[in-house]
Amino acid sequence: MEFQILWFILWGVLWAVYFMLDGFDLGIGMLESFLGRNDAEKRVIINTIGPVWGGNEVWLITAAGATFAAFPTTYALMFSYLYSVLLLILFALIFRGVALEFRGKVDSETWKRGGDIAIFLGSLIPAMLFGVAFANIFQGLPMDAGGYHGTLLSLLNPYGLLTGVLFVLLFILHGALWLTSKTDGEISKRASIVADKSWYLLLIIAVLFLIYTASTTNLYANFLQSYIWLIVPVLAVVSLIGIRFFAARGQYLKAFYSSCLTIVMVIFSAVIGLYPNLVPSRTDPDYSLTIFNSSSSIYTLKIMTVVAVIFMPIVVAYQIWTYRVFRNRLSINDVLKDKESY
Amino acid sequence: MDIVRLSRLQFAVTASFHFIFVPLTLGLSILVAYMETRYLRTGDEMYRRMTRFWGRLFLINFALGVVTGITMEFQFGMNWAEFSRYVGDIFGTPLAIEATVAFFLESTFIGLWVFGWNRVSKRLHAASIWLVAIATNLSALWILLANGWMQRPVGYVLRNNRVEMADFMAMLTNTYGWLKFFHTVFSGYVLAAFFVMSVSAYHLLKKNNPQFFKASFRMAAAFGLISSLLVFIVGDFHAAEVAKTQPTKFAAMESVWDTQKAATYYLLIIPDPGNERNAVETIGIPRLLSLLAFHNGDAEVKGLKEFPKKDRPPVIATFLSFRTMIALGMLFILLTLMAYIISRKDRLESSTAFLRIMLYALPLPYLATQLGWIVAEVGRQPWIVYGLLRTSDAVSKSITPLQVMVSLIGFTLVYGLLVIMYIYLLSRFAKMGPDDELQAIIKPSGI
Repeated sequence: MEFQILWFILWGVLWAVYFMLDGFDLGIGMLESFLGRNDAEKRVIINTIGPVWGGNEVWLITAAGATFAAFPTTYALMFSYLYSVLLLILFALIFRGVALEFRGKVDSETWKRGGDIAIFLGSLIPAMLFGVAFANIFQGLPMDAGGYHGTLLSLLNPYGLLTGVLFVLLFILHGALWLTSKTDGEISKRASIVADKSWYLLLIIAVLFLIYTASTTNLYANFLQSYIWLIVPVLAVVSLIGIRFFAARGQYLKAFYSSCLTIVMVIFSAVIGLYPNLVPSRTDPDYSLTIFNSSSSIYTLKIMTVVAVIFMPIVVAYQIWTYRVFRNRLSINDVLKDKESY
Repeated sequence: MDIVRLSRLQFAVTASFHFIFVPLTLGLSILVAYMETRYLRTGDEMYRRMTRFWGRLFLINFALGVVTGITMEFQFGMNWAEFSRYVGDIFGTPLAIEATVAFFLESTFIGLWVFGWNRVSKRLHAASIWLVAIATNLSALWILLANGWMQRPVGYVLRNNRVEMADFMAMLTNTYGWLKFFHTVFSGYVLAAFFVMSVSAYHLLKKNNPQFFKASFRMAAAFGLISSLLVFIVGDFHAAEVAKTQPTKFAAMESVWDTQKAATYYLLIIPDPGNERNAVETIGIPRLLSLLAFHNGDAEVKGLKEFPKKDRPPVIATFLSFRTMIALGMLFILLTLMAYIISRKDRLESSTAFLRIMLYALPLPYLATQLGWIVAEVGRQPWIVYGLLRTSDAVSKSITPLQVMVSLIGFTLVYGLLVIMYIYLLSRFAKMGPDDELQAIIKPSGI
């Protein structure tokens, strides 16, 4: 197999795993202020992601780093073209991280309220803007011989905003399912209600997204050319229905796994639809950034492959292991008696 | 201002802020890991309290190091797209490896360490902070190999209108990168040692928990003494490597205008770049400059006039930063040596003047590390990759001055707020002392 294709697959996997993992952190961040009725409850909610959110966020760093190393031209142009969006995502992630770490460190109403706002916005903004950014990539960026012609406002077009809402709902549902299976009592019950209701909302938005995608992007072309790949979006739909299926039976952990699969399959579908582009051009196809015209040299890709083959399995192994260490449900008592918790 | 100036300023601001947190993380992780190991070995409750107390301060610092680090990775693409496109084939690799090999390890095991006190065995818990310490230092290695490549590009070919990797091992074994790595991590250890000694001095002056803080101080003094000697020794080799590979930077560091053999080292120099000379040059030590530069008293040191004006770095900033850093480095050896002797003789509590010096000396290692980066980065100008790519050719073409102006103001405000919170939390927790039984949560007084 060509190394560019291998790295394209890995690129898709890194983004998919990032959204699968940090997706529920972002969901938790958006839900914390609304599902926690008092400080103790809020602490329980953010402590469910306490040990793992940092490791989850590294998938983003790695996705960006892999883009840089494997497709430097795409990294350079994508990151500079999406300057303002990435800047807002950066600020939001900074606030989220700092607020999660520092919220519990000062016993003051104002401090904690500030922390809650930062956690909420620091989760909502990245969820929304990642959707906007990817939607614009699906549509193709306005780039040609004259360079880049977009602005922050042109990125916030209806399709971009719709995809942003889609991401927000995906992550709220994902976070609510996580919370339902990681807590007990009232919080778990409230989270399950959010999961149930947000599913229907997500379904409506997803249908709109699929229709809009057909009219404004070229993502379907690859699937129409070889039907075999349709298995991926079909799995996305099946697992989306699976969420409801399991949730209706009260099996929220299975519903959560189903939601993981949904997110991964959604990202995979998009990546297959993009192939061989990483960032298509809307104005002049000759200026599309493909995996072939924007990749590193084969030598560099080989080195990177060796590194990935050796280290990624190790990373996956110890991350799964830490999830197992912290697999139990959290109650208010656990959090109140643990001095190291958030 | 133009995009190049604004982007440089933004990179300088974000990198300097990031490097407020990094050196303490590098050093304190090792000290905390050592404390927990002592607890594991001896079962002495004091070491557990030490691990908790210093660990808590470590975590406040660690969080900010992580969030400000993401900015660095994104900025190469956002502001320096031409740089990223031109050298990404070789420069992207160490960054991606850093994330894969080091950053995952660091972030996953810090979570386990913080939340795992009662969930994993003591041995595993201590192992996880060691993994964090190793990972942060490993992270520094990859970043500094990347920076080392910008200073002394090796193992590349010019092909397909860009720089492509020809020899990965050459980058991996780049002497420049390794010297920079050791110089940087050792300076982080010095800073961490001063941090521990400063906080301990505060409590010893107040006679809080003398046993606890004397033990902490003693540990840090030994660590600091070894590290400040190592910084200095590696620094000497590092400067010699600069003289060999970056003659313009070396000439600016020492403010040498004319090429000369058996060059004299002047203790006092006032550069006069306008007239391409030094206004004052006095107290000379014959042949010392040649000796420092090439470890040979007769060697020829190149002067700035040897190079066209457009290839010279700013002299004043490079020269003053370098001289001040060296002076501070010597002071650190002196202070840590005194700290070591006084703490060994168990005379800390009565040496109140010395404790006061150590309490207020804390900003100095921070200053020294910042100055070191000014020498490294300003001294490399006008190049972003020495001899290969000019900084002015490296900036993104698609961004506007307004965009960068807004982001620069944004970063300054956000990071300013972070630093205020950082100092507030760190000083409150540091002053609170080690007794977790008193409840770690701050009761605010008058906010």
